[in-house]
Amino acid sequence: MKTYQGKSILKGTAIGRILYYSKEEQMVQRKSIDDPEAEWKRFEDAKEQASEQLNALYEKALKEVGEQGAAIFEVHGMMLEDDDFNDSIKNMIKNQKVNAEYAVATTGDNFSMMFAQMEDEYFKARSADIKDIAERVVGILQGRHAAGDLGDEPVILAAKDLAPSETVQMDKSKLLGFVTELGSANSHTAILARTMNIPALIGIPVDAELDGKMAIIDGVKGELIVEPDEETLAHYQSRKQEEQKQRELLQQLKGKEDITLDGKKIRLYANIGSVGDVARVLANDAGGIGLFRSEFLYLEKDTFPTEEEQFQAYRTVAETMAGKKVIIRTLDIGADKQADYFNLAHEDNPAMGYRAIRICLDQPEIFKTQLRALLRASAYGSIGIMFPMIISVKEVQQAKQYVADIKAELDENGIPYGDVELGVMIETPAAVIISEQLAKEVDFFSIGTNDLTQYTLAIDRQNAKLDNIYDSHHPAVLEMIRMTVENGHKGGCWVGICGELGADTTLTEDFLKMGVDELSVTPGSVLPIREIIRNTSVK
Amino acid sequence: MKTFNYTIKDELGIHARPAGLLVKEAKKFESKITLSGNGKSAEAGKLLAIMGMGLKQGAELTVTAEGADEDAAIAAMQEFLEKNL
Repeated sequence: MKTYQGKSILKGTAIGRILYYSKEEQMVQRKSIDDPEAEWKRFEDAKEQASEQLNALYEKALKEVGEQGAAIFEVHGMMLEDDDFNDSIKNMIKNQKVNAEYAVATTGDNFSMMFAQMEDEYFKARSADIKDIAERVVGILQGRHAAGDLGDEPVILAAKDLAPSETVQMDKSKLLGFVTELGSANSHTAILARTMNIPALIGIPVDAELDGKMAIIDGVKGELIVEPDEETLAHYQSRKQEEQKQRELLQQLKGKEDITLDGKKIRLYANIGSVGDVARVLANDAGGIGLFRSEFLYLEKDTFPTEEEQFQAYRTVAETMAGKKVIIRTLDIGADKQADYFNLAHEDNPAMGYRAIRICLDQPEIFKTQLRALLRASAYGSIGIMFPMIISVKEVQQAKQYVADIKAELDENGIPYGDVELGVMIETPAAVIISEQLAKEVDFFSIGTNDLTQYTLAIDRQNAKLDNIYDSHHPAVLEMIRMTVENGHKGGCWVGICGELGADTTLTEDFLKMGVDELSVTPGSVLPIREIIRNTSVK
Repeated sequence: MKTFNYTIKDELGIHARPAGLLVKEAKKFESKITLSGNGKSAEAGKLLAIMGMGLKQGAELTVTAEGADEDAAIAAMQEFLEKNL
């Protein structure tokens, strides 16, 4: 597996074999000729043929990519008729008695150079156009056929550079993406790639070695991955499928309300693990963030993140979401998530060990720093705070006390904070059983189905041997969820699901019927779930 | 000889396509039509030369026409520029 970094023209994924395309080396030799009149006639015939080809290309492009993409061939036709271009060729043939191929190629190079030296990027890029028309005429003079045969299987086309006439001649249904070494974001190839909506990278070193190899274009990172390993391939295959689905769904569902057929509005939110994920939340049109895992702030570092660092991260997310709800889960470290500087002792059973809210209440300095950062950030958006791994009312009361203390501190110092909703994660059977009492303490519940399943079924989810009996659809798990919703509502809480089950489309209807008010899912699952919500009645 | 000045309003300046159309228009006339601006000049019938002037938005352009149909040529060029550039 090898990865090359380039510049992306279009965000998107392409997976397929590389077809290395190289223009047949244009071996133009200078030859002396005896009959300039006959040579000029050869040129004029070739020019006429080129002109016919360009007309045909124009018509083809007009149908396939529209007026904007096709205009270039009209321009090529005009360039071909240019007086200076033709005079130069005529002079060389008549005065220097050289062959037409040489006269055309040299003239093409000269004019191409003139444009290449211009300052403006647009005019600079036109040097490729001149080259292209000169090559077309030379090709005809030499009796070569126009290229463009891609074979039977769809391919990723790799080339040093592609002329617009080359790209448009290709069968679009066989083209998964372009990779070129040269070319600019303004080149026609780039414009065509955008118009055709296929992934394209420029600035990738391309050579014949790549031919026939399996490759992936990652249009988000601008990477070409050659001969990916199985894991990478699987990752991108699922991403590509997701993209495909997203595209279709986006067309239909973007901007639509998350409302059931019988009029219940659902909060359809997204889960994120870092500030960088917010772009995907917005791209997928989620109504808010239902789970912002704050651990990344701790796991990325060698020491405890400062209040200021945390504040900046939370504030950025709150501001970017522009008033939409952002629910941030306080530190959930321990178990499978470890950071050395916490100096956590080795535990035989870490899933049931010293973790999450247990650490926070035991080491209040860590907790208070985070709460202060969260409350300060709440002045910049609509923030909710939720506490993980709760098993008792007392824990919630303690956590709330810290929140109240910090609010008082902030008031004293005149530091603003917003109206913050407080909630608890329901992920232990204990929390489910006492959910009616917990509901009186907080504004919302968010059910963490992954942990809830492992604790309810007493199955360690890290233990691969137990995968066959780890059943998140187990009736006991579903009953736990139903109870939580019912008790939450009795106590005036809204109830959501932020675990993996929230994105399980086979259960969405059941959850909605149970009365679930919120589903928080990976950004990519937002639109598929929206579709179900809009087609379900809750009564 | 007739002449007029014109300031390019098109965002992209005299780019390939309008330049091509301008050439077509200019070739309808017998008169010699010349464009100058940006320290360069070119005959209005020559596409590559016009593009080579690199005229961008805001560039000052002087158009002159000399010949039997210079009045008509100037009027046509003026109309073309107003409409397309």
